Amino acid sequence: MSDVPSAHPDSASGSAAPALVSDQEREELRRQGILLTKMEDLYNWGRSNSVWPLNFGLACCAIEMIAASMARFDISRFGSEVYRPSPRQADLLIVSGTVTKKMAPQVIRLWNQMPEPKYCIAMGACAISGGPFKQGYNVLKGIDRFIPVDIYIPGCPPRPEALLNGLIALQEKIRGQHLTGPNAPRHLRADDRCEYPVPEFGAHDLEPPANPEVFQPPTIVRTEK
Amino acid sequence: METLEQLRDRLLARFPGAEVTLVTNPGAAAQHSLLLGASQAREIACFLRDDPALQLDYCSNVTGIDWPDKEIVETTKTTVPDPAGGPAKVVEQKTKRLQPGYLEAVYHLYSMALKHGPVILRLRTANRTDQANVPSLTPVWRGCEFQEREAFDLFGIVFTGHPDLRRILMWDEFKDFPMRKDYVEPDDYEWEPTPHGGVLEKAAKHYPVAATPPADTPPAPPAPEGKQP
Repeated sequence: MSDVPSAHPDSASGSAAPALVSDQEREELRRQGILLTKMEDLYNWGRSNSVWPLNFGLACCAIEMIAASMARFDISRFGSEVYRPSPRQADLLIVSGTVTKKMAPQVIRLWNQMPEPKYCIAMGACAISGGPFKQGYNVLKGIDRFIPVDIYIPGCPPRPEALLNGLIALQEKIRGQHLTGPNAPRHLRADDRCEYPVPEFGAHDLEPPANPEVFQPPTIVRTEK
Repeated sequence: METLEQLRDRLLARFPGAEVTLVTNPGAAAQHSLLLGASQAREIACFLRDDPALQLDYCSNVTGIDWPDKEIVETTKTTVPDPAGGPAKVVEQKTKRLQPGYLEAVYHLYSMALKHGPVILRLRTANRTDQANVPSLTPVWRGCEFQEREAFDLFGIVFTGHPDLRRILMWDEFKDFPMRKDYVEPDDYEWEPTPHGGVLEKAAKHYPVAATPPADTPPAPPAPEGKQP
């Protein structure tokens, strides 16, 4: 238990009350064999070190994801080696590859079936924006049009080290969350949104083509002639 | 293997009344092809598969081509002699005619037994709308099934006699044919950092140029040529 992380800077600054025990005092107590921590830190420490991804791949990025899970890159060093074949048991959806419009409703359905707390990584250019296939007639221009994405990993495809880096960034994000307040995980907030609407297959496109609660197109003002 | 001209003559001798036309490819590839009429296409395909000199037992590729309506301007030059005895005048007459569009299915055939090929077949529909039918060659080469479904899905070529003609890549509710030249994609454009060509036109439509830059946006960086917007 000696590797319980010290208070995250976000969590220290987020609470209004001053810290009762400073980090230095806690470190001193730990050397004496007394562990002093917060419920929040303990909870987040446990969650962030057992992020179980969904065993789900879409395209060439999935090959890199598989490589990251094998012995050479060894994602189990970070507690994420337990790829779950069922969304009911998974914490993390790695959207690894091109999301076609035909596949998008299934991806969103899988996301809906995952229990909270859940996180989403958009891995690679296609999952972020459509990538090289952005102008294709059957390619979704980024999975963030329908589900909230926590970590974006650029690359085409990203190397396994990049996926590990994204996972570490996600772990830092989880450790920075609070049990209460606006920075709490979704399932601890009042505005709990576990269900996201699944688009229908329309005559020309998905209907709706994006979820306006999650995604708004960027507002850009062009000034050049 | 015999040349395509010889093959065409042999087919015409074997199937009297069949339409077999040699379509030459003027490009560097010079892959010429045989255009078959719809009436006897399947009999000819069976012959190509079973003929001992050909044995084209493997259909490697089926694809579609969209030929939209084309306006052709023909210029005819007529020489009018000058009654005064001067040099004759050349009068140009331009006539426009509309060549109706059609769809084509293209088959690439090889022989695994005799190790030759490809022999390229074309089937042509009557038009692009209500008579987009060609005979399916799936009963002849079983491997054509999914590729003919793909041509049906993306081009709208209806293969009569196909055992299971459904969309294969797009969803069943989809109404358009995305690989046709006149396909209009749904207007879900968003800004891309490097707009060019057709993307630039969409960018101009979705993000019109502001007359004055708003106050809350940072001023645009100076253009490299020194001209300010």
